[in-house]
Amino acid sequence: MSVFDAIIGGYPAVAGHRPWPRFVIDSAAWNRAAEGLRDGAFVLVGYWGDADRVHLALAEPTYASGCVLTLPCPDGRFPSLAVTHPPSARLERAIQDLWMLTAQGAADRRSWLDHGRWPTSAERAKADYAFLPVEGEGLHRIPVGPVHAGIIEPGHFRFTASGEAVVRLEARLGYVHKGIEGLMAGAPLAKAARLAGRVSGDSTVAYALAFARAVEVATEAPVPPRAVWLRALMAELERIANHLGDIGAICNDAAFAIMLAHCGVLRERVLRTANTCFGHRLMMDRVIPGGIGVDLADEGAAAIEALIRHIRDRFPELVELYDNTASLQDRTVATGRLQPALAQRFAAGGVIGRASGRAIDVRRHPGYPPYDDLPFQVPVREDGDVNARVWVRIGEVEQSLALLSLILSRLPSGPIAAEVPCPATAVEGLALVEGFRGDVLVWLRLGRDAQVERCHFRDPSWFQWPLLEAVIEGNIVADFPLCNKSFNCSYSGHDL
Amino acid sequence: MRKTLFRSLFERTLTEPPPPVDEAALAQLAAGIDRAARQRFGRGLAIREVDAGSCNGCELEIHALTNAFYDLERFGLRFVASPRHADVLLVTGPVTCNMREALARTYAATPAPKWVVAAGDCTCEGGVFAGSDRVVAGGVAAVIPVDLYIRGCPPTPTQLLAGLLALLVQPAT
Ligand code: SF4
Repeated sequence: MSVFDAIIGGYPAVAGHRPWPRFVIDSAAWNRAAEGLRDGAFVLVGYWGDADRVHLALAEPTYASGCVLTLPCPDGRFPSLAVTHPPSARLERAIQDLWMLTAQGAADRRSWLDHGRWPTSAERAKADYAFLPVEGEGLHRIPVGPVHAGIIEPGHFRFTASGEAVVRLEARLGYVHKGIEGLMAGAPLAKAARLAGRVSGDSTVAYALAFARAVEVATEAPVPPRAVWLRALMAELERIANHLGDIGAICNDAAFAIMLAHCGVLRERVLRTANTCFGHRLMMDRVIPGGIGVDLADEGAAAIEALIRHIRDRFPELVELYDNTASLQDRTVATGRLQPALAQRFAAGGVIGRASGRAIDVRRHPGYPPYDDLPFQVPVREDGDVNARVWVRIGEVEQSLALLSLILSRLPSGPIAAEVPCPATAVEGLALVEGFRGDVLVWLRLGRDAQVERCHFRDPSWFQWPLLEAVIEGNIVADFPLCNKSFNCSYSGHDL
Repeated sequence: MRKTLFRSLFERTLTEPPPPVDEAALAQLAAGIDRAARQRFGRGLAIREVDAGSCNGCELEIHALTNAFYDLERFGLRFVASPRHADVLLVTGPVTCNMREALARTYAATPAPKWVVAAGDCTCEGGVFAGSDRVVAGGVAAVIPVDLYIRGCPPTPTQLLAGLLALLVQPAT
């Protein structure tokens, strides 16, 4: 008995969809799914459009299993889930923009990714964007972006403040929408893999891995063991580099620049080691469907061991510095607190969820090799403030360092890539991979010649951006950069 | 804190000697940039970074320029928060339709004389994103004039530095 039986009982599973089953359902079953989401019986992990239909990926609360539900929309409409499950609202608005389908009953009909500037823009997107109204005495508005003061991605933030305190924050995203899913349609595997690695450059390994895994699960392609382990090596290097960068940047936004300087040096060392090992600092285009494109360089293992020693020598001192600096703690403790219930409701992944009590890490459940064979801990805290998010990152750096050592000590030899078989009929695959921000979802359908027919990417940020708006309420405007950095959501991964 | 500072005092400095100025960049600049502006700018430049739809890979490497190894500021190059304070716009990304106006307005807000450096392969006619109807055909140059391209996906900090240093080379008089 699975938690999905009540919805899918009686519907046959679609052939060739792996690893979770996919069911084509009707609106009655769709409504039952909506009720289940509202009641927290299962978790929304993906929600995307296709020609004349919408897909919904659900997981058990433990992420041990899941399914995909497909609702055909022959008349271009589908019942809105956002009415009863607000976390789906922006995904639904994106479906409307990209697939011209209408979410019936949705409270928020505004376009999201469509700013009225595409050749195919909908008429309603061309009007001025209506930010949500705010009323009250003495309120003032602060518009910020899309071009920000720092070297960061573009997005617009609309603050309404009462004196120093933020009463409401509303984000408007979509500025970096490049039409990646459109480019994926019809792309041969090699080109598609390059694009997947550029959905969000900071998570290039995670995205390339999720894409490759979706292809491999769909085509039942074997992956050589050495490639499996080296992929994990790259993924942990990427996680360490990003977490180090974030820890430094958060402290810097609390005006404690020395942490940024030291963490920046450590981060640079990780990137240089990645370059020594795999010939690219960010390891772009190293993970490919069927394996990896570049083997670990001869001097790679020694370089990683030296890196581990170096970080283990330096990092504890920085952690101590963070822990012992009262002026810094004064900024991070109790700032931007995310309530566990809200993290749960939005299925917030990654550091953000785990700092608010949500112990989900898709390396564990549903899990994928080689992590099913590797011991590691998933650091979790309950306090949910900026400080908690710093500590979860610290814990994860330590875990990933240990994983690097383990992977090196058990690295199998052999080939690094195998041919991806050409499917005889269209096949579909879904993959969840734990990037440094949280769970990246890739769903795709491959045609007979192994061309991508449809590929959807769901960044963890979709379920994190709305929470940033919640946590900043009541905090002072000056703490926004701090909260924002502690979330570090992706713009490019979200806007696609 | 004291321990960390103390240790830093006795360590070899991490900052590396600058890479040789990129010859190709010099050639691009010699062709396009007016001499008077280069003499006027002298030995310091304020850079405003604009992400016009990048994947964020280029931003990571541009950020790295400020770490102790590259230490961009020792050359008089610094990042500023507003285009109104900038001499140089450092643009990344293919220019999405949704960023086109923001990029044009940022350029308009930058006082002349100004230079535009486009960093990353996708600034040049879209790179991997070329062919999408959601990005501007022709890349950055279709929206604002580009003085210098720094290629790479993403360009390494060393490549970025070699390109940016070319801006500081005074033309022979
Ligand atoms: S050049 Fe490459 S790394 Fe830079 S933004 Fe474009 S795709 Fe990303």
